[in-house]
Amino acid sequence: MADETQPVEFRRHLPARPADLREQLPGLEPERTVTDWGRSERVETFVDRLVYDFLYRYWFRVEVEGIENLPSEGGALLLANHAGAVPPDGAMIAKAIREEHPRARTLHVLTARALSGVPGIGMLQTKLGRIAPHPANLHRLLFDETQLVLAFPEGASATAKPFKERYRLRAFDSPGLIEVALSARVPLIPVAVLGAEEAVPVLARVGGFRQLHRVPSVPVAAPLPLPAKFRIRFLEPIDTAPMAIASSDDPGLVARLSDDIRALIQENLLELVAERRSPWLG
Amino acid sequence: MSRVLITGISSRWGGPLAQALERDPSVEALVGIDTHDPRHELQRTEFVRVDTQPALIRRILVAAGIDTVIDTRLVTDPLLLALQRAREVNVEGTGGILEACGGQSSPVRKLVFKSSAQWYGSEAGDPAFFTEEDVRSRPPRAAIERDLVEAEQAIDAFAARNPHTTVTVLRFATEIGGQPEGSQAALLGRPLVAGMLGFDPRCQFIHDDDVIGVLRHAARTDLPGIYNAAADGVLTLSEVAALLGKPLLPLLPPWGADLALAQLRRVGVAVPLEMLRELRFGRGLDNRRLKASGYVYRYTSREAVLKLRAQQRLRPLLGSGSVEYRYEREVEDFLRWSPAVHAARERQETGQPDGYDELSADEVLSLVGTLEPQAAERLRRYEASGRGRQPILDALDRRLRAVQR
Repeated sequence: MADETQPVEFRRHLPARPADLREQLPGLEPERTVTDWGRSERVETFVDRLVYDFLYRYWFRVEVEGIENLPSEGGALLLANHAGAVPPDGAMIAKAIREEHPRARTLHVLTARALSGVPGIGMLQTKLGRIAPHPANLHRLLFDETQLVLAFPEGASATAKPFKERYRLRAFDSPGLIEVALSARVPLIPVAVLGAEEAVPVLARVGGFRQLHRVPSVPVAAPLPLPAKFRIRFLEPIDTAPMAIASSDDPGLVARLSDDIRALIQENLLELVAERRSPWLG
Repeated sequence: MSRVLITGISSRWGGPLAQALERDPSVEALVGIDTHDPRHELQRTEFVRVDTQPALIRRILVAAGIDTVIDTRLVTDPLLLALQRAREVNVEGTGGILEACGGQSSPVRKLVFKSSAQWYGSEAGDPAFFTEEDVRSRPPRAAIERDLVEAEQAIDAFAARNPHTTVTVLRFATEIGGQPEGSQAALLGRPLVAGMLGFDPRCQFIHDDDVIGVLRHAARTDLPGIYNAAADGVLTLSEVAALLGKPLLPLLPPWGADLALAQLRRVGVAVPLEMLRELRFGRGLDNRRLKASGYVYRYTSREAVLKLRAQQRLRPLLGSGSVEYRYEREVEDFLRWSPAVHAARERQETGQPDGYDELSADEVLSLVGTLEPQAAERLRRYEASGRGRQPILDALDRRLRAVQR
C-alpha cells in the first residue's frame, strides 16, 4: 500500500467501501485500442509480429505443458521463476497462453517497480501490458476484472543472480502477492520456465546508476538472446477459496503456502533440467 | 434539498450549476456568492458580492435559512490565478466558509466541497486507479497541491466537529468542455499537444456537464465522505492527441524539465509546474463509488475529448458563441422585480403553444421524447389546464423525470 506519510484521519469519516463494485466497472469502448491500464493493442501486435513471434517459434522453440491447468475464465495468479538479464520469460509465457490456450486469454504481467519511472522503458512496458506491482492493481485485475496475472515472486534479485546459480530459486521476496490472491479468492498457478537462464545470461553487473531513476544496477548481457530451448510447464492450480477463510486466524499460512509453491516450482525445474540433454536442443 | 447557497457563482461551474438548480422545483431558494460578477445569466438565483468573510456569510446563511452549501470556489488550475491569490482563495477562503457553516446555531445541514484529483498526486509507485481510501504517496511539491491538501484537512476537521452536517468531498478529474481556459487551453488548445519524452501518461477527464451533474447529484442525495468524480475510461496522452487530431510532441526532456519550462513559455507553450509529474506518470481514478451511489455519467473520457474536438473545430467558424453575458445590477433588478416582466413571463408560460391543438394525441406522444425540460413543463401545464388527456400527461411526466436526471 502507499506510504502513510499523509493525514490518515480522512479514513475516519469514510463510510466503508462496498466490497463488490464489479458491476460499476466501466464498459468497453470498441473504438479504443488502448485499455484503461494503458495497454496498447497496436504496440503489442507490432512487437509481437516483429520480435515475440520469431522468438517463440524459431529462436526459443517454446514447448508448453499443462496449458489445461489454466482456467478458461475467472481470475488466476500465475507465479513463475524469473531469470535472465533482460528476462524474456514473461513475454514467452504470455505468448504461450495466447498460442496454446483454447480461449487465447490475455496475460497481465507485474513488473519490478524500478523500471516504471525510466523514460521510454516504463512507457513501453505499460503499452505491452506490464502492470506496476501495487497490491491495489493486482486486486483489481484478479478480483474485479477477473484477469490472468503473472508475477515473479522472487522479486528483483532473481534477475541479478550470477549464471552459476541458475535454476536455483531465490527466496520469495514479494510480500502481499499471495495475500491479495487469497483476498480475491482466485487460484494460484505455479509455472516452471526452463531456458531463460541460458538465453540471456547475466555476464556482469554495473552499478552506480542509483542516482538516475533508482535503477539499482544494470546487467551486462549478450547483445542478442542465445537460442536456448524453452519449456514452460503450467502446474496444477491451487484453490485458495478454503484457505481464504483460514488465513485470518492462521498468520503462518501465507508463509507456508509460499514455501510450498517455491518448492514445487524448484522441483519441477530440476526435473526439467534433468530431462533435457542440451540447453540448446532440448 | 431546498435552500441552497453556491459559493464561486462566477466560476466556470458555479454559474451553470445555479442555472441547473433553478429548473429544479424542489430548490426553494438559491443564493450565489462570489467576489466577481456572475458570468452566466441567472434568473431566480440571488447574487451577493461578498468575500469569504465568515461573519458576513454567516449572516446570509442564517437570514436566508440556507441548509445546503455547495462550494465550487476552489482554484485547482495554476494558470488561472496568481499562486499567492490562489492560496488565499483555497486555504483562507475555505477556512472562512467553514467557519461560517459550522457550529450549533448554523442552519447548514449539508456541505458539498468541490476538490480535485490533484490531491492524490502522481508518482511512480502509485496505484493505477486511486480509490477514495488511498492517500498521497508523497507530500505535495507544487503550490496548488499543497493548497488542496490543506483545504481538505480543514474540511476533515470541520466534519469531525459538526457531525450533524453531511460533508461531501468530490475529487474531480481534469475538467474539459466549455470555454477553454487555463491549463486546458494551454495543453489541449494549441496546434500541438506537448508531452514529455519517453512517457505516455494516462489521463482521465470529466465533461463540464458531468461536473454540474455530479454537483447536483451530491446536493440531492446524501453522500457523506469522499467521492472521486471522473468519467469512465482512462486515456493515454497519445490517444487524447489522436482524438483531437493533433500531433503529440515530446517537448519536455525527462531530465531537467523545470529548466525547459522557462524556454517553452518563451515560445508560447505554458506548462505549469504542477503538470510535470502528471505528464510523467499520469493518473487514473476509480470512479465506481460515485456510480454505485446512483450517478450515471453522460460522457466517457473519450466522448468528452471528442466533444472538445468538435468545439475546437467549430470555434473559428462560430466565434466564441452567443453574445457575451454581462452582469449589470440595475438590469438584473429590473428583470427580477419589475411587474411588467412578471406579467409578460406569466402570459408566455400559460399561453397556448403554436399549433398544438391541431395535433392528435399520437402525434403529441411521438414528439414528447424530444422536448426540452422547460417546453415539457409548459406543455404539461397547458394540457392539464385544457383537455387533460391522461396518456399525454403521463408521457410528459416521464419525460420530465428523464431530463431532470
